[in-house]
Amino acid sequence: MTIAEKEQEILETFSMFEDWMDKYAYLIELGKELPLIDQQYKTNQYLISGCQSRVWLYADLMDGKVIFTADSDAVITKGIVSLLVKALSGHAPDEILKADLGFLEVIGLKEHLSPTRANGLTSMIKQIQLYAKAYQIKMKQ
Amino acid sequence: MNFPVDEIRKDFPILDQKVNGRPLVYFDNAATTQKPMAVINRISEYYLKENSNVHRGVHHLSQLATEAYENARESVRKFINAGSKSEIIFTRGTTESINMLATIVESRVNEGDEILVTAMEHHSNFVPWQQLCLRKRANLKIVPISQQGVLDMDFLKKALNPRVKFLAVTHISNVLGTINPVKEIVKLAHEKGIPVVIDGAQGIVHSKVDVQDIDADFYAFSGHKIYGPMGIGVLYGRESWLNSLPPYQFGGEMVEKVGFDMTTFNHLPYKYEAGTPNVAGALGLEAALHYIDNLGMDKIIEHEDYLLKIATKKLSEIEGMKFVGEAPDKTAALSFLVEGIHPYDLGTLLDQMGVAVRTGHHCADPLMDFYGVPGTVRASFGLYNTEEEVSKLVDAAKKAVQMLR
Repeated sequence: MTIAEKEQEILETFSMFEDWMDKYAYLIELGKELPLIDQQYKTNQYLISGCQSRVWLYADLMDGKVIFTADSDAVITKGIVSLLVKALSGHAPDEILKADLGFLEVIGLKEHLSPTRANGLTSMIKQIQLYAKAYQIKMKQ
Repeated sequence: MNFPVDEIRKDFPILDQKVNGRPLVYFDNAATTQKPMAVINRISEYYLKENSNVHRGVHHLSQLATEAYENARESVRKFINAGSKSEIIFTRGTTESINMLATIVESRVNEGDEILVTAMEHHSNFVPWQQLCLRKRANLKIVPISQQGVLDMDFLKKALNPRVKFLAVTHISNVLGTINPVKEIVKLAHEKGIPVVIDGAQGIVHSKVDVQDIDADFYAFSGHKIYGPMGIGVLYGRESWLNSLPPYQFGGEMVEKVGFDMTTFNHLPYKYEAGTPNVAGALGLEAALHYIDNLGMDKIIEHEDYLLKIATKKLSEIEGMKFVGEAPDKTAALSFLVEGIHPYDLGTLLDQMGVAVRTGHHCADPLMDFYGVPGTVRASFGLYNTEEEVSKLVDAAKKAVQMLR
């Protein structure tokens, strides 16, 4: 599945929910399913700055695809990072960097989150793109 | 309870609104309180009919504004029972009051001296003193608290030594709700000749403050936490102290006579009010204080204590509930955590259900470190909150916990 197809799938799931309590319930479920980061990477080095709850993100390159794993001490935050991981993990750096992540706008997540949490989301996206960029350069070498 | 809370709520139109489709339950009063119509009207009236610069013109409007502003000062004096109007300095708020103090006392603090603060201080009564100590190579000493959130009085007594130049302590903790025995603390400090600065940001709202009875040297508070406007606050200072300390900012009403070589300064309280003051703010604050007086502080305290009691009882039914701050002498602020649940998650879902609480460190990082928690959820009560709202908080908390587990 391409990133765009995955985004579409997430959008369809979200469109089933009538109110934000249901959307939060889904985010919490997603948070619980998040592919957890290996304990050894749950260190300050992999902490994303700019989040009020702690978020660790790790990326590995396997067969030319970036695999993301993450964790957070807050489960809704885990759900949010999980959405990104779901959409972007397992794709080539080029694809990740080209993804427009329009689904976040459609879900209305950014507008709905408190400003501090919205900033946290922006930080997560930046960190994901940084990893993709680094692996893109590494692959060219 | 014969507290007319339904009638009172009509004075606060902002409370009558929906958040995420549900009636707003406002439990973030320790951060700021909502304003009654009396306050809003007073500010409008000032700008509609009286606006003019104070203490300057001889024209009619200027005299009206000056009189109103000075009457507001008198109302503040009465509210805290200060000995003289000269002791009431209008500031922007508690934070500015304390920063101003920590600046003007600078020459009184030397290398090796000590300043005492407590572990439960808001950053506003902590950082200004810490920075003063860093500037002067003085030592900041922290009076610890117990797990319950009670100040260690034995430590305090021993810490009061001749090297201590100031003791800064909060009247009521914004996180724990602990009411500190400020009168006793001042007495102990004064026996050693040490002046006491009291952060009254919460104290002014949830207790009857009598600065002469407390015998405080300084008492700082904000207007916006006591149902008044934002951007106005007070520094009460004992006259003898304020007369002996240097000015803070220069210009405007604080000067007496300016020459090319020197300037003489105005007398109290104007010496500390440089520039055009927040007249509308002072009038709004006065209206708020009258509003409180009309309801009766005793009745307000009784009502808030009742809300605190039932909220504590009902929330404790939630499995894993842990209260941060369980001092026997406690008021109006209830900080809590639920085992295994991050306070941000709980706060987010409560907000989703229309309940406004505060989550985070509450501008008290040292206190969060002491308890070893990333933050807490805090519900803080005001005079317009109801028992029904407490039930909504509890129901919402139960639902959130169920979702998050």
